[in-house]
Amino acid sequence: MFYKFLLRRLMYVIPMLIVTTLVVFSLILIIPGDPALALLGDNATADKLAQLRSQLGLDQPVLIQYGNWLLHALHGDLGRSLFTGEIVSDAVFSRLGITIQLVISAMILSFLIGMFFAITSILKPNSWMDYVARFFGTLGTAIPNFWLAMLLVAVFSVKLGWLPATGFVSIFENSGGFLQSVLLPAFCLGAFGAAQITRQLRSSLLESMDSDYIRTAYSKGLSLWPVIWKHGLRNAFLPVVTTAGLLFGNMLGATVVIESVFAIPGMGQLAVNSILQRDFPMLQGVVLVMVVMVLIINFVTDVLYSILDPRIEFD
Amino acid sequence: MQFRIILQRVKRERLAFVSLIYLVILVLVAVFARYIVPFDPEAQDLNQVMIAPNGLHWFGTDELGRDIFTRLLLGSQAALQAGLIAILIPLFIGVPLGILSGYLGGIVDDLFMRVVDAILSFPAILLALGITGALGVNLWNAMIAIGIIFTPQFARLARGQTLQVRREPYVEAAKISGAGPLWIMYRHILPNIASPIIVQASFSFSLAILVEASLSFLGMGAQSPQISWGGMLHQAYSMIFVNPFMMIFPGAAILLSVLAGNFFGDGLRIAVDPKIKRT
Repeated sequence: MFYKFLLRRLMYVIPMLIVTTLVVFSLILIIPGDPALALLGDNATADKLAQLRSQLGLDQPVLIQYGNWLLHALHGDLGRSLFTGEIVSDAVFSRLGITIQLVISAMILSFLIGMFFAITSILKPNSWMDYVARFFGTLGTAIPNFWLAMLLVAVFSVKLGWLPATGFVSIFENSGGFLQSVLLPAFCLGAFGAAQITRQLRSSLLESMDSDYIRTAYSKGLSLWPVIWKHGLRNAFLPVVTTAGLLFGNMLGATVVIESVFAIPGMGQLAVNSILQRDFPMLQGVVLVMVVMVLIINFVTDVLYSILDPRIEFD
Repeated sequence: MQFRIILQRVKRERLAFVSLIYLVILVLVAVFARYIVPFDPEAQDLNQVMIAPNGLHWFGTDELGRDIFTRLLLGSQAALQAGLIAILIPLFIGVPLGILSGYLGGIVDDLFMRVVDAILSFPAILLALGITGALGVNLWNAMIAIGIIFTPQFARLARGQTLQVRREPYVEAAKISGAGPLWIMYRHILPNIASPIIVQASFSFSLAILVEASLSFLGMGAQSPQISWGGMLHQAYSMIFVNPFMMIFPGAAILLSVLAGNFFGDGLRIAVDPKIKRT
């Protein structure tokens, strides 16, 4: 039963995958004028232009271009960088680890912060703790993440000198250095998510704390914390799973900004650099890998949701 | 619902009303910026570099001695344009497509929703970046890109709302009286699904300001000498070890504008919801 359900969900992912690859491929179609000329600049020789056109397959009909590109992509061949000649898939996957470490750290931070604020705020509605949590929930979704990053760098790196302003140490190299280098970027990346989780968890906690089973739990003689932990949170957490799935894509996108601010050599920075260098195969590679990651995460949260929610039946 | 009634209801939401006033002032500033700025935005005064706020330079000066207050006022133009375009593109493309898809239903609707879902699974800022990169890096293309990435959301919203109203008696009545499908969509469906779309537009407006600032910060939006808050922050970031105060005002301007858009959206949502009655 469960496998059938998985299969059906998986079948839903395939058309999504086709459309997303089509979108990624189409990026090269919307370059105004002659893409080869746009990518190489005005000084390009006729030879170079012709070479690039055949390298990108621009001399063929669009549908065949897409088919070829997709076929190569399925084999893990995303072409070569126009700028450095590097193999795109190598470049992308060498940076993938850094970005994943950063995003997972941001996700963990936003959950910790979100849960902290949500729980403290429902302990005493309309108390100062509640107001702090609501203020944070409002501010976190509106503050530009790069500005937050600049403010924190100004305080913790420039003024106090506690944390590095730039750079990244992988967790596999040096876990202490990792913690130091990841704290600021992960916080800035996760602030939006933390605020979202605060808002959502707060409202769903408020709702579930008002329900009959909570009253029953209290009347059984349970005290506050076990009630919140076992009964309140467990039910209030369901919608948060969906939010977390959406947040993942959001954070992955935001690495574009955060990695640039903190000079972290991940996929986000690669995306920005490849645009500045008009390195189109590289840009397509980064976008494709990121969106495939989002599709995988969406699939996982979907399945996770149905496992966690006993009301959903698999057939 | 009538505009006057909605305005009255927004007035009752204090935060939303204050935000509305802020946004109106922002629009006025952007429109008349050229006439009200105290200095020439490009005038450099190398004797007055990175000075702190004072009576003459209200928000201080940048690393070339240019007046930050002046540049901040002019930067509102880029932000507002981005917000406006980011709403207009989805309103004129996404909403009609969404209504059409919901009204027609069937396989067209299925296919269309698959496409919308697929585009929505892209991290928004990444797609905006990709589109800007393809079209060519400048503010105008960045704004178009933002408009494009917001379009699927509006299409999905309009489609969902259309599904809810397309079996209503007034639509059936119009059909029986011989109205064509285009007329029905325009005259009977659109007005009845407008409220949630307007609310969504208000949130998209503030999100667009945020995305435009991010793109300009990355150098993918406004190009010098064009002034934008994101670009000012980029410039301030290169001076962070010398003078961290330069970043305060442009960032605060972005934050306030985004907050105002969000609060106004919250108030509007309450104001246009006929189910919420206040006495």
